Amino acid sequence: MEPLLKMEHISKSFPGVKALSNVQVDLQYGEVLALVGENGAGKSTLMKILTGIYQKDEGTITLQGNEINVTSPKHAQELGISIIHQELNLMKDLSIAENIFIGREPKGALNLLVDDKKLNNQAKELFEKLNLDLDPKTKVQNLTVAKQQMVEIAKALSFNSKILIMDEPTTALTEIEIEALFEIINSLREKGVGIIYISHRMDELKKISDRITVMRDGTYVDTLTTAETEMSKVIQLMVGRHVYIESKPNIAEGEKETVLQMKNISTKALLKDVSFELKKGEILGFAGLMGAGRTEVARVLFGADPVTTGTIHLHGNKVNIKSPAEAVKQGIGYLSEDRKQFGLLVNMDVKSNIALATIKDYQSKTMFVSDSKIKKMAEQYVDQLKIKTPSVDQEIRFLSGGNQQKVVIAKWLQRDCDILIFDEPTRGIDVGAKGEIYKLLDELAASGKSIIMISSELPEILRMSHRIVVMAEGKITGVLSSEDATQEKIMEYATQLH
Amino acid sequence: MNIESVIEKEPVKKKVIPPGAIQQTLAFGSLIALVIFFSFASSSFLQWSNIIGILLSTAVIGILALGATFVIITSGIDLSVGTVMTLSSVITGVVIVNAGLPLIVGVFAGIATGAFCGFLCGIAITKLKIPPFIATLAMMMVAKGLALVISGAAPIYFTDHKLFTKIALGSIIPGVNIPNAVLIFFVSAIIGAVILSKTILGRYNFAIGSNEEATKLSGVNVDFWKVSIYSLAGAFTGIAGVIMASRLNSAQPALGQGYELEAIAAVVIGGTSLSGGKGTIVGTVIGALIMSVLTNGLRIMSIPQEWQTVVVGLVIILAVYMDILRRRKE
Repeated sequence: MEPLLKMEHISKSFPGVKALSNVQVDLQYGEVLALVGENGAGKSTLMKILTGIYQKDEGTITLQGNEINVTSPKHAQELGISIIHQELNLMKDLSIAENIFIGREPKGALNLLVDDKKLNNQAKELFEKLNLDLDPKTKVQNLTVAKQQMVEIAKALSFNSKILIMDEPTTALTEIEIEALFEIINSLREKGVGIIYISHRMDELKKISDRITVMRDGTYVDTLTTAETEMSKVIQLMVGRHVYIESKPNIAEGEKETVLQMKNISTKALLKDVSFELKKGEILGFAGLMGAGRTEVARVLFGADPVTTGTIHLHGNKVNIKSPAEAVKQGIGYLSEDRKQFGLLVNMDVKSNIALATIKDYQSKTMFVSDSKIKKMAEQYVDQLKIKTPSVDQEIRFLSGGNQQKVVIAKWLQRDCDILIFDEPTRGIDVGAKGEIYKLLDELAASGKSIIMISSELPEILRMSHRIVVMAEGKITGVLSSEDATQEKIMEYATQLH
Repeated sequence: MNIESVIEKEPVKKKVIPPGAIQQTLAFGSLIALVIFFSFASSSFLQWSNIIGILLSTAVIGILALGATFVIITSGIDLSVGTVMTLSSVITGVVIVNAGLPLIVGVFAGIATGAFCGFLCGIAITKLKIPPFIATLAMMMVAKGLALVISGAAPIYFTDHKLFTKIALGSIIPGVNIPNAVLIFFVSAIIGAVILSKTILGRYNFAIGSNEEATKLSGVNVDFWKVSIYSLAGAFTGIAGVIMASRLNSAQPALGQGYELEAIAAVVIGGTSLSGGKGTIVGTVIGALIMSVLTNGLRIMSIPQEWQTVVVGLVIILAVYMDILRRRKE
């Protein structure tokens, strides 16, 4: 039988990056196909092409035997391809029925009013067909996340979708809710709907999927039949061939002073009972998949998010960090993964950015800020960190990603922070500059700074870290020494195979 | 390929002219063009008395606009300056006329009133997290009401305090007939420019407007500085209130509403971006001058006042559109 969907030889480039190269996927009627891969493997890009958000550069998409060219999300919907995003896209102040039929409400008098009665009846019919227990008139904001997800599913199927893409559908659900979701998926399967299921949770994939397609670095790796496959094999395929990386000697327990200690930290949003120690001169890597809670740990430490329980100790003393200003006072610097939004003033010049956290030191007795002193200081960092810029008066937005990152590093060095948190330090930085940032990090650690490095790139984690903390779903699932750590081991902890 | 060679090849963009400068030159050019146009259109335009008249009418709006520049650079807005100015006038009047205290006390009370209203706006915005538009809209109404309540809805005249009118209309420089109000405007502008470009408050002002979150994450106490900035803007409003009262020889409790929008217009014409992070005091001074040259010139050409307002409206659109065009080019 011909497959429901066939994507072949799909390639896609963005300026400077080849996002997808010769990727293939096929989906049968009534099948659940799991799509797996590390962060950045190309799953999202592929799904964006299928749903018309991106246009493919090369390759063909065949739907029920006909070659198609998906031009827009609306077009995808008309073709019967629907996606349920990880972040739900519902209008919370509208009712369930209004959400489902938005843009195609049944019209009443004069074609101006909305026929609410008909609207609610349509929704009711839809729910009966899908065996969903929902009241069309309820406002979406009063629903649990699981129920909201069911509304999204109902909405997708109200377009008579043949293909349903689910992106990490279970991240916000409890065990019982997941069971309910799986029941719905099974009933859709019986109706012949093809489902592409993106998830990092191996145990779930084992339970719900028929086949698993593995992607890595924008390429297609393999497709396996779930029933015949060990999940550890899937992980191996995800991370690829083992690359030999010289591991760093562990900073032995007790030998070095403990600079920072987090004890049993929990937050309202995500973190559950997080405890770890950071030594002087150590680079502590934080690995995990997207949404594992690594950035949240950084934000708690930096006073940007409140904690519900647990304590933070600096140099053995309990501290209460309530704001970034206090964290900075305690000598903690945070380099966000989103430099442009949280780290830099892109429309301002290099020297102002470097001086942002320390400008008070450049105030003379007359209250004026000394530009010449700031300039001199900034120029020293430009030399020391080899920041490529025509002058310290250049606006940040004209600098490359690597040089922007160096400016942020300079800001914290000038503030004399002894704990530096790097969140994805090399994101958006080209290969050459990456090497320089790595060298810089090594030098900082050697000079006695303690570094927390959050990274989604496993080779980077393995290369840089003395020890590696692995997180999943807000918890620490493992701590590995650099000698013991391998890509596979980290992935196993990150996907909670243990 | 070694790392060094990659880095050497990295393109380094040429240094660009600061974008604010372009807009400023543009504004200054427009001002000159307007002056030339009106001097040909009417022979009385360039007469000394008319020039002094233009400058005098710029003073109050101009000083309000100085404060508004600080607030707008944080990407905030202050709608309360018009009526807070009135409240400051009234307080000055009450202190000098009703309580009979020395002039200096009255002047100080007027300025302090403005600063305190700004402080309250700042607290509402930072601590209660009320958007600047709403917080200052509320302050606009509160100040309007208080001005009427405190004055008993009647003007307070400074008839027995001849010296008070000298604050605005006297001339401190002997021989040159420049009213003090104009001097106070220019001195305030210089002080404002120094604060904005030379002090920590000025630096943080741009930083907050450029990226508030990044500034906060750099350990800067953003709330404190925002309150300071609104208070400073309020102090300028208080100065404007004192000058207004002095010029009219009375505190007029029903006046003031609408001035805030003219002040904002002057700031915007002067090239300060409503999205924050960019702006200069020089630009604002030019913007305020453009507004008063325009109304004065049109009046001299006997164009009805209703039409003058229409023209000012169109000029605002033009000025902001030029700014958008320039941005798009970048």
